[in-house]
Parts: sequence; C-alpha cells; structure tokens
Amino acid sequence: MTGERPPARLSATGVRLAYDGTEVVRGADLELRAGEVVAVVGPNASGKSTLLRGMARLMRPTAGTVVLDGGDIRRRPTREVARMLGLLPQHPVAPEAITVAELVERGRHPHRGWLTAGRGDREAVASALEATGTADLAHRAVDTLSGGQRQRVWIAMALAQEPEVLLLDEPISFLDVAHQIDVLDLLAEVNARRGTTIAMVLHDLNLASRYAHRLAVVAGGRVIATGTPDEVLTLGVLREAFGLDARLMRCPVSGMPIVVPVGRFPGAPG
Amino acid sequence: MTTGTPIAPALPALGVRRVAAGAGAVAALGVAAALSLALGARGIAPGVVLDALLHPVAGDADHIVVRELRVPRTLIGIAAGAAFGVAGALIQGITRNPIADPGLLGLNAGAALAVVVAISAFGITSPGGQVWFAVAGTAVAAAFVAAVATGGRSGATPARVALAGAAVAAAATSLTTLLLLGDLETLDRFRFWQVGSPAGRDLEALVVLLPALLAGFAAAAAAGRMLNVVALGDDLARSLGTRLGPARATCAGAVVLLCGAGTALAGPIAFVGLVTPHLAGRLTGPDQRWVLGCSAVLGAALLVGADVAGRLLAPPGEIEAGLVVAAIGAPVMIAVVRRRIAGRR
Repeated sequence: MTGERPPARLSATGVRLAYDGTEVVRGADLELRAGEVVAVVGPNASGKSTLLRGMARLMRPTAGTVVLDGGDIRRRPTREVARMLGLLPQHPVAPEAITVAELVERGRHPHRGWLTAGRGDREAVASALEATGTADLAHRAVDTLSGGQRQRVWIAMALAQEPEVLLLDEPISFLDVAHQIDVLDLLAEVNARRGTTIAMVLHDLNLASRYAHRLAVVAGGRVIATGTPDEVLTLGVLREAFGLDARLMRCPVSGMPIVVPVGRFPGAPG
Repeated sequence: MTTGTPIAPALPALGVRRVAAGAGAVAALGVAAALSLALGARGIAPGVVLDALLHPVAGDADHIVVRELRVPRTLIGIAAGAAFGVAGALIQGITRNPIADPGLLGLNAGAALAVVVAISAFGITSPGGQVWFAVAGTAVAAAFVAAVATGGRSGATPARVALAGAAVAAAATSLTTLLLLGDLETLDRFRFWQVGSPAGRDLEALVVLLPALLAGFAAAAAAGRMLNVVALGDDLARSLGTRLGPARATCAGAVVLLCGAGTALAGPIAFVGLVTPHLAGRLTGPDQRWVLGCSAVLGAALLVGADVAGRLLAPPGEIEAGLVVAAIGAPVMIAVVRRRIAGRR
C-alpha cells in the first residue's frame, strides 16, 4: 500500500444505523480502497458488525450514504451489487445435509438468470473450492465438517460469488489459533491473487496488525481512527477505544506492532 | 481450472438420486390413484373400473359409482394433496421453520372460520360458494400471522411465526366455536367439511379453483431458486442479491392460493403440508426446486393414499382422509422435533 493511493471501492460517509430506534452506529466514516485488506476492530457492542451490515446494504442508514464504485448502493439493483459485493455473516446457516459443492454453488446466485445456469458457474465453483483447499471435501455434507473446514467452505461460497469487495463479520472468532491463522492466510492469499478488497471484523489486535493493510478502530458507533497498524495501534487509541492500558512491541514474525495488555495482575499468578 | 476437481462426476450422482426420487414419487401417486379408483365400499372388478373409464355405459350402477364418485374424489385428492404439499414446502422454505404448516400457522383455522361465517351468516351451502370464503379466510389469517410475526429487530424468526400462527389459530377456532354453539344447523353442515376429506366434494369446485391452483404452482416453481438462497439465512440471501420483501410476498401469495384452494376442495387437512416437504427433502436433498416439485407429487400421493386407507380400515364405513393423515402426521412431527433437538447437542 505504498505509492499512489488506490481509488475507493466502497465507502461509508456519516452513516447512522439503528435497530428499532436504538442507534448503534452514530455517524461512521470508512473507506475501503481497491485491493486492500482492512481490519475493523473495536470493543464489543461498539457497532463494528452493524457498520459492516450497513455497508453491505443489509440495513438502511437513517443518515449518511454508502457508495460502491461511485454510486449510492441503495440506488443500484441489488443483484448488480451482489455481483460486486459479498458479505459473510458471523453465523451463516447451512441447510441440513447440504454438500460442500452444492453450498458453494449457491454463491453463484447473483450471476444466474431465472432458468439458465450462469456463465462460468462451474469454473467459478471449481476455482473457489481449489483456492480454499476444499475440493477434496466437495461431496461431504457440510454438517459433518470441523469448524475450521466449515469456515473454509463458507469462504469458498463467498468466492464463488466472485465479489470484488468481500466483507467478513468475525471470520475467525470461533476457531482455535491454528485455524485462525489458516483462515487469515487464506484471505491474504485471496487478496493477493484475486485482488479482492477485504474488510473483516477481528477481535485479535495482533492478528489484525499482521494481516491487514489498514485498521479501522470503531468505538461508540464511530470510526475513531484509521490507518496502518503503526499509525493506529498507539497507547492513546487503545486507551480511548478499549479503556486498556497496554505496552507495544514489535512482532518477531511480521515486524508489525503487537499489543500487550497490562491488566491488574501483570505478574505471574501466585 | 484444474482437471483434478471432482465436482464433475459428483453432480450426475446427485442427479440420478433426484430423478430416482421423482420417479418413485410419481409411481407412488400412480398406485394410490389406481387404488382410489378401484377400491371402495362397493366391490367393483378392476376390468369394470377400466370399462367405466374408457367405455362408459349410461345407467350402469358400477360405472356411475366409478365416474361420479371415485373419479372426482381421486382428482380432488390429487389437487388438494399437491396444493398442501407445495404450500407446506413454501412455508417451511421461506420461514426456515421445519414445523411450519398451513394448519399450525392458523391458515386452516382462518379458512374454517370463514366457511362457518359463509354458512351461518350468508346461508351459503354450495361448495362453489364456500370456496371463496375459504380462500379469503386463509388470506386474512396469513395477513394476521405476517403482521404479528414481522417487525421488531429480529423480524419473522421461526419461533415468532409459530407463536403468531398458534395465536391466530386459537383466536379463529374460538370464534368458530362461538358461532357454532348457537347454531346447530350450521354445525351439522360444517362438521363434515371440517374433518377434511376429498370424498363427497363437488368436481365443479375443482374447475372453479383450477386457475388459483395453477397460479399458486407457477409462483412456487418460480420461487424455488430464491428459496435455495433464503435457506442460508436472511443476511446471506440479501447479500446474494435477493430482495426479501418481494420474495416473502410471492411465497405468501402462493401459499394463500394453494392453502385456500386446497382447504376449499378437501377441508382443512393438516399435516400433509407438514410431512410432505420433510419426506421430499429426505429423498431429493436440500435443493428447494426439487423439494417443491417432489412435494407436489408426494402430497397428492399421501392424501389419495390416506383416503384409500380410510376406506379400507373400517368397512363398511369410512374414516375421513383428514383423520388418517393426522394419524400418520403426528408421529412424523414428533420425530422431526426430536431429531432437531438431538442435532443441537
């Protein structure tokens, strides 16, 4: 992400989002630029997921706009948007007994007509299975897979949609550390090979620092800081967003900043 | 694209399974329909039944029984069964609620209330007249359920839809009872209609309702692909380009047409709509297009089969198909619920 600044693909400006009159996002600005990976971080209930849902046009903002490639997302046909923008929710539902191949194929929905299969369906499904390393599982029922495998399959479904912008809501929250790295590596690969613009909600600041080009810190329904990990992961931002006293170090693997919380018991227990 | 990908050989295997399931369902319907024409209180030899169909002789008592009683009964059983089966598959698909059913959602109770009103307040006793009350009653009940269940942050979750349906069913049923308590004559006419049976119905009603049924089936056929995406949850459905409002409206319209017509034809038969989609799903897999198609054929086979069984179980009398279906449906529903609970552990 050096040199000239790439154009914005998807951007939220002054977006306010509410559930039943309770405002959760209170005037948030977030810009996703072509080809970058953005990690959306912030405390629980800060509005991260809601902001993502608003940017995926799953919620209607009470104020502000979401713009995809220069056009207001609410004014464009939803199928047309679906060919460019995908969202993987935190808890997607797999129909009972569905096979991996069938599930991934459903990602082709926006590319299909009423009766005909879309052009390139087969190729897109095959390449999504290939890219996520799930081709061997194609005939397995999704309910029989492990959590890590299942998340790969869901990402494969999102890739079959062939979105240029992919939003993921907490894609690694219920995985063990090895599978977390596995999924993030996969997303980094997708970003590098396909040029897919990715925004994902993450809780682990150190993984966010390592896998994202830029971080967006959400607190109290607003984006309070955006920038490279070095720009954003500062003691001031951590205190403001999380109320957290921390120390900063360098990651021995990536060279990126890592956050070490201080807490009330800095010594070893006992 | 790499050559090692195994999807290519797999899809035909799935296709074979579906075609086999479809063929099996059609065969089951064929057998049920043949038995429905051949069996009854009056013993008529199969050859005579064929003669009655192909070379009818005016005035022949056996031929009259076949042509005037068994043929209408079979046709109405097929039409109503298919309508209930598809309506059940649509409701279960759009609400993602595996125990949704026209009966459980209060739609049948709404239709029943409307029919009682038709009989008691307007003196309408002909099936052709009651038909439209049944359809209207179904529509009003559906509108109530939709209004109560939607809204709120979570929208129409399966639990909310089921609760709203139960509330509407309870309200409509108590109103029906209230009307009937004071009106023995209506009660008498209503009682038969309420149990639910394709027997003794007017073929005229089928002709009148055919456009409604065809419109309902056409809407259902068009909804299949969209239901496949709705099955992934509302967020994914919308992010894959489905507009949920119109999708739900299409399904609700089709359900009202199919349930209303089915109920008008054969009475408020519960459980066909509940059981059939599960059976169809087991046979064809989770693709909703196949589930819908298979549900039409299996629903027809189930209702006609139940009607035949009802004729054989208690000779010389008959048990109404609605009761036979309930006797089969209740255990299936318990099995479904138990399996879901077991699946969550």
